[in-house]
Amino acid sequence: MQHGKYRFIAGFLLIPLAVYGVFVISPFVQAIYYSFTNWSGLSSKFEVTGLRNYRRLWNDELFWKALGHNLLLLVLLPLVTLGLGLFFASMLNVGGRRRRNAPVAGVRGSSVYKIVYFFPQVLSIAIVALLFKFAYNPNSGALNSFLDAVGLPWRPEWLGDPDLALWCVMAVMVWSNVGFYVVLFSAGMSAIPKDFYEAALLDGASRFQTFFRITLPLLWDTVQTGWVYMGIMALDGFAVVQIMMDGPGPDYSTELLTYYLYTKAFNDGQAGYATALGVALLIVTLLFAGVVMKLGRRERLEF
Amino acid sequence: MPPRVPVRTSVRTAPGGGTVTAQAEPSDRRGTEGGVLNVFSHGILLIWGLMVTLPLLWAVMSAFKTDKEIFTSPWALPKALHVDAWGRAWSEAHMSQYFLNSLVVVAGSLAGTMLLGSMAAYVLARFDFPGNRFVYFLFVGGMSFPIILALVPLFFVMKNMQLLNTYHGLILVYIAYSLPFTVFFLTGFFRTLPTSVAEAALIDGASHTRTFFQVMLPMAKPGLISVGIFNFLGQWNQYLLPAVLNIGDENKKLLPQGLVALAASQRYKGDWSGLFAGLVMAMLPVLAAYIVFQRQVQAGLTAGALK
Repeated sequence: MQHGKYRFIAGFLLIPLAVYGVFVISPFVQAIYYSFTNWSGLSSKFEVTGLRNYRRLWNDELFWKALGHNLLLLVLLPLVTLGLGLFFASMLNVGGRRRRNAPVAGVRGSSVYKIVYFFPQVLSIAIVALLFKFAYNPNSGALNSFLDAVGLPWRPEWLGDPDLALWCVMAVMVWSNVGFYVVLFSAGMSAIPKDFYEAALLDGASRFQTFFRITLPLLWDTVQTGWVYMGIMALDGFAVVQIMMDGPGPDYSTELLTYYLYTKAFNDGQAGYATALGVALLIVTLLFAGVVMKLGRRERLEF
Repeated sequence: MPPRVPVRTSVRTAPGGGTVTAQAEPSDRRGTEGGVLNVFSHGILLIWGLMVTLPLLWAVMSAFKTDKEIFTSPWALPKALHVDAWGRAWSEAHMSQYFLNSLVVVAGSLAGTMLLGSMAAYVLARFDFPGNRFVYFLFVGGMSFPIILALVPLFFVMKNMQLLNTYHGLILVYIAYSLPFTVFFLTGFFRTLPTSVAEAALIDGASHTRTFFQVMLPMAKPGLISVGIFNFLGQWNQYLLPAVLNIGDENKKLLPQGLVALAASQRYKGDWSGLFAGLVMAMLPVLAAYIVFQRQVQAGLTAGALK
């Protein structure tokens, strides 16, 4: 029996582990090794150069610029996306006119809103990025012709304007992700017992108080998970920049770590340096996840 | 910090709605507040709804216009339904080919992911053996690593194994990168299933393998559906992996990749309506499937983030 058990375990784990090891684990380990070499990626010859790539990184203005953009996204993107998500979710679930037999109720048609808000989430980022590439087009795009139609004289260049481009990228990422958090938080909110709201309203609590004293604390675990998800997305942003911007943007205004890494590895033949950039990105990602977990730790509320 | 909510356990809604009288006094004031808030809520919700749908509608309208109309009256309805752009995108721009390619790859990778993922998850959830925790964290750790870091060496791993620009290579890579979430989710799911049924099957003489396929997998169906939807959408919409690992033949591109290529070439040709037709063509099937299965899709995509 025991013998059969171990054979079964080995048989079931072997193929998944092999596939995972060859295509995920080994490339990650190799990437860390290559970051200490001057490998071009074009030939099989390279030398171990120690920390040279990292010293170069330290003095690379473009790296700092890209990192700065990523950090800006890392702070703002979760704040705006989760903020809007919480705001819409609470309106959908408790923002409605109170009915006779329920202490709190969602607005009418809340299920339709939830369906519509989720649309961008099921579309490929390639579709979303292309859609907005055309929408931002200063001559015939949806945005400027809309401004035209409502009679506003403002005609921004959008993606062509170095001061606006990064905000345009951010707007697209917010646009495509808010719906996910509305649905996620709605599911969390519907699990909160209605008695809590009823009791609070009876005691004269306002809607703001019920949100900050009941909804948010009881939803905190989900918010924290969402924060980590969104942060990881803010540290990526590759597809939007590559497809929508066709490059790092005017004056490198939308250069991101992931896109910089990609160009170094696949256009400039500097695979070693690219992996060093990747290791820097990995460190930022792990630091961020650690900080959110540490700052966000609270007593878990059971209900 | 526990919330300092004055929860009065003595006043609870009786099954028949017995708190109506208790509520009568404060609800007068709150009723009007609720009314104002209600109008305000609807307004805000409607605005975001428009912000989501208008860009999509704009693309759909543009797909039926002539190139001239797209430039001169972007927000007007098309004067007549021009469908010739759809034909151009479908056949000349290879959209039909890209659809087929994506179907082939995703059919293979989805089946592989579900099979390998559920096998690994079942063993990790149900069997004690040395190294169990280690293997579990090895899989789950993959969820937080930036894929793009692995992509540089992965490109050469694939090249050396002659897997670059092949569908079976892409299928293997899709499976490998879907395993972390699949294993994480299904391990949790298998742990929640009762042990008694599997034990009964084993006592009756079924092998472990047979117990897994004939008893445990059918019991795990709800979890498999959730994670299956999650993986299907993730793999169907995947852009980064094929953009780096499938760069050979123009005709072998997958849908999201092909769409970006189409955008580049149609733009060059100035065929804007063909471009929008291609975009809408890629967009509509997913949206239609989502509307039909919206409950399952929403549950599947948010499953991992809910405890």
